[in-house]
Amino acid sequence: MTEVILIAGSAGAFNCILSILNGMNKTIDIPIIVILHRLKNAESNFESILQINTHYTVKEIEDKEPIKKGMLYTAPSDYHVLLEEDRTFSLDVSEEVNYSRPSIDVVFESFSLILQDKCLGILLSGSNHDGANGLKLMAERKGKTIIQDCLEAEFNNMPQAAKNRYKYHQELNTTNIIKLLNNDYK
Amino acid sequence: MIYLTDLEDLLFTIKQQFDYDFSNYSKASMLRRINRFAEINGLKNSMDLKFELINNPIIFNTFINEIVVNVSEFFRDPSFYKSLVTAVFPYLDSYPNINIWSAGCSFGEETYSINILLKENNLIHKTRLYATDISSNAIERSRKGIYSNINFKEYTKNYFECGGKNSLNDYFVSDGKDSIINSELKENILFTNHNLVTDGVFKECQLILCRNVLIYFDNDLQNKVLKLFYDSLPIHGFLVLGKKESLRFSTIYDNFKEIDRNEKIYQKIK
Repeated sequence: MTEVILIAGSAGAFNCILSILNGMNKTIDIPIIVILHRLKNAESNFESILQINTHYTVKEIEDKEPIKKGMLYTAPSDYHVLLEEDRTFSLDVSEEVNYSRPSIDVVFESFSLILQDKCLGILLSGSNHDGANGLKLMAERKGKTIIQDCLEAEFNNMPQAAKNRYKYHQELNTTNIIKLLNNDYK
Repeated sequence: MIYLTDLEDLLFTIKQQFDYDFSNYSKASMLRRINRFAEINGLKNSMDLKFELINNPIIFNTFINEIVVNVSEFFRDPSFYKSLVTAVFPYLDSYPNINIWSAGCSFGEETYSINILLKENNLIHKTRLYATDISSNAIERSRKGIYSNINFKEYTKNYFECGGKNSLNDYFVSDGKDSIINSELKENILFTNHNLVTDGVFKECQLILCRNVLIYFDNDLQNKVLKLFYDSLPIHGFLVLGKKESLRFSTIYDNFKEIDRNEKIYQKIK
């Protein structure tokens, strides 16, 4: 049983995330965590745009907050996000990883360590290789791993790097990611 | 690789041997730091690490410095400093003498940032800043006040965004590689060791800053430390937490008023 769905990306991922959220069956309530590289110190209406496109309740992660069903959490800019054994979030401001904070690698690594096979990681478009190591670790811990179709991704460095690192991830375009979610989590 | 299951035993050993109690630290962060330390030092598992820590006392200092997170920058979150100057400084100005405590000061970036703003707002002459950290390495580096030039472009941008009145360069002497903070900005600061877990109140302070430190603690320890801050503040004193930290879930929430909800600036009201 999947406990958490992690959707991550960088440049070119935002519209794809919106499509996935819009396409998901309204009955699905497994907690979703969205990790997107964002600018520091820039106010954005990221959360409100997500909210218009999903039946989940959208919320930025707060330190030591417990993960709940029906919630979509966003990673705050300039913090790493970790998972505690009791399924609460911990924030962390240690050094950037892959020039990124939040780093997708850090999130994938921490969540898969606690959840093992009970997590799903989806890595979308992006122009650096953050997430490649973490997604491999997640796959090795028997979690389900998906990368966006490298031909579809607006910037394919990110999914391609994950594929180069580990070739057994499922590679799907947006339509098929939606189909898979609706099939597996009826 | 060191696992969650190794952690309790490892932290117990550290407490017994070195009298550092990390048992109420956030496990996820702790595990990540410990693994990073093990990797850098070529230690394969929990047994290796324990052996090394016990038999090589020098490495323990390096260990402490590595796992106690020390990342900071000048004027991190400019909007916070802006709010501090407009909402808190005028109030502090009403005191003949001001005490400020920067708890978990890392390498001093935040403390010096505050001091620069105190100077620009004519408060520095009557302010004493107490800057504390658990790591003696951090304290030593804070006292020196030497920072790599690499990040100064960002610091300058932050400084202007929070309403800096001069040029950030005015406060430093720089060579090609590093910048050292002017000594006049060190005179009113006392950098000293303090462990929030075991040490108590040491001074009444009208403003306490503790940003992005509590995130490394579990709920129980967060409450304990917040109580320590409560006890160190006079009525109407200010407490500042990190941008994603909150008093909302704590036991002392009702004793404070929110001055700036976004920037996590609180005032003790009872």
